[in-house]
Amino acid sequence: MTGSRILLGAAILGGLGAAAPFTPLWLISLVTLAMSTGLVVCGLIILWRAGLVPFGQALFFATGAYTVALSGRWFGVNDAFLLIGLAVIMAALVALLVGFLLAQYREIFFAMLSLALSMILYGVLVKSETLGSTDGINVAQASFFGMKPRGPGYTFALFWLALGMVFSAWVGVSAYLGSVAGQLAGAIRDNEIRVEYLGISVTRLVHLKLTISAALAGAGGALAALSISHVDPQMAYWTTSGGFVFVTILAGAASVPAAFLGALLFEVVRTIAVALLPGGWQLILGSVLLLTILFVPEGLGSLMIRKRANAAGKGTA
Amino acid sequence: MSALLSVKGLEKSFGQVVAARDINVDVPQGQTVGIIGANGAGKTTFVNMITGHLTPSGGSIQFEGSDITGLPSRKIMRLGIARSFQVAQVFPSFSVFENLCAATAIARSGSSVVGAALSRFVSAGTSADAETALDQFQISRFRDALASTLPQGVRKLLDIAMATAGNPRVLLLDEPTSGISLEEKFGLMDVIMGALKARGTTILFVEHDMEIVQRFADRVLAFYDGTVIADGSPAEALGDERVREFITGTLIRSRDGKLNAGRASHA
Repeated sequence: MTGSRILLGAAILGGLGAAAPFTPLWLISLVTLAMSTGLVVCGLIILWRAGLVPFGQALFFATGAYTVALSGRWFGVNDAFLLIGLAVIMAALVALLVGFLLAQYREIFFAMLSLALSMILYGVLVKSETLGSTDGINVAQASFFGMKPRGPGYTFALFWLALGMVFSAWVGVSAYLGSVAGQLAGAIRDNEIRVEYLGISVTRLVHLKLTISAALAGAGGALAALSISHVDPQMAYWTTSGGFVFVTILAGAASVPAAFLGALLFEVVRTIAVALLPGGWQLILGSVLLLTILFVPEGLGSLMIRKRANAAGKGTA
Repeated sequence: MSALLSVKGLEKSFGQVVAARDINVDVPQGQTVGIIGANGAGKTTFVNMITGHLTPSGGSIQFEGSDITGLPSRKIMRLGIARSFQVAQVFPSFSVFENLCAATAIARSGSSVVGAALSRFVSAGTSADAETALDQFQISRFRDALASTLPQGVRKLLDIAMATAGNPRVLLLDEPTSGISLEEKFGLMDVIMGALKARGTTILFVEHDMEIVQRFADRVLAFYDGTVIADGSPAEALGDERVREFITGTLIRSRDGKLNAGRASHA
């Protein structure tokens, strides 16, 4: 990734941050929540490119969210940065562990096994009183390096934190996608035998991809927990995982910024759909998904890439 | 002279079917070995056991003095034994250049997952290596073509070029000219052998065309019924009475379209 693109990204995110105080609070909360979904989708892109679609990414999302809630409740950890760091580490550790099993599988087996693991976590959360059962756990307001903004200030602080996370994820994931391991995703999708016979382990590559995607899902879960100030077992439920897959289809795997734009579009469409058709918002969401698959099968990111390619083509002509 | 690759008492059976029995072969550094035999004689089983695709039922394989019997294929690749496939194994959605970059990038990152995560896919080094391979295998004009659109011969060359990315000491080619027209076979083999000899690679190649074997092999291993029935210079091996009876006879008849005529008469 070029320096100028990093500067451009930083400028856009900086601009959004500066605009926050002039924006309605509900919109800021909505965008913050969308960014948490975007972080998860960023991770899904990494797997998606290798032809792997996990139907249970909520396992890592919920792990991140519950790490934040329980660190606060049991150990009194209150610093937002520390909480997010812990959530990322916990989610990555869970992925490292279940990866020994998951990385052996492909296609629908990978998808359903991932779903099965997330449903086990859901069951444990629902049945365990210590973990809050179906009611979940409230998350106390976090501090930021000792500062404790309250009221609208807290919403702004979380939003700025979200922008920082988006920036880090964008730079980090772009770097990974440009690495040998990142670029081999397409090779794994094409021909695993060839990859193995070039001397590198496909299983370990998939394990690595899963762990990175889980770390991002953990970060997303942590941000969601802080933003909603509450965690509950729904965060591990399969509809949550389905939502992430939905946004990934909407955004496509071609571009990292598209993950965040897709997540934002998803939140906006869902909010509008719920307002228009309180009992049947799924109808509108389903139609959007249908139209995406019919007309933009490669996702929003492919439109952005195509536009950039066109611009580049015109530049040289 | 100590052997680079040494196979002793190698055996493989699939249930009741014995695919390989008592194979003993020493291959010194730099030799080009042609492997001949009728379909089902055990040639590919032999190649698959050396490259770790199949685990031998018995016997041992030594490479540079260390035992590699039953190691997973990617570990064997890393030690310096590469292979190409009867059906070319490439990445169809990558361009020819990207295929070669993938191969050289893996080799340059030390074939480790951590190395692969920390090194750039597009680097001056991988590009230079890939360009060299394009030149050596004379496929530069297909540089930006998608691998899925390549003619069969070019796809074979790409497969072999990718296998050589890590500079293997030994390269096993499983029927490099299968699916290639008679007119093109010699040209293809000239390109392959030219590129490999320049690197000093030890070569074992499975081949059905005896003219190709005679032209390119220093030594011939003739397989029949899972074992080696003749081993020597092309003249010696192809002149061997049993080879003529069991292998070359069959092959000549098979060209006429009667594939099993030779074998059926010995059943």
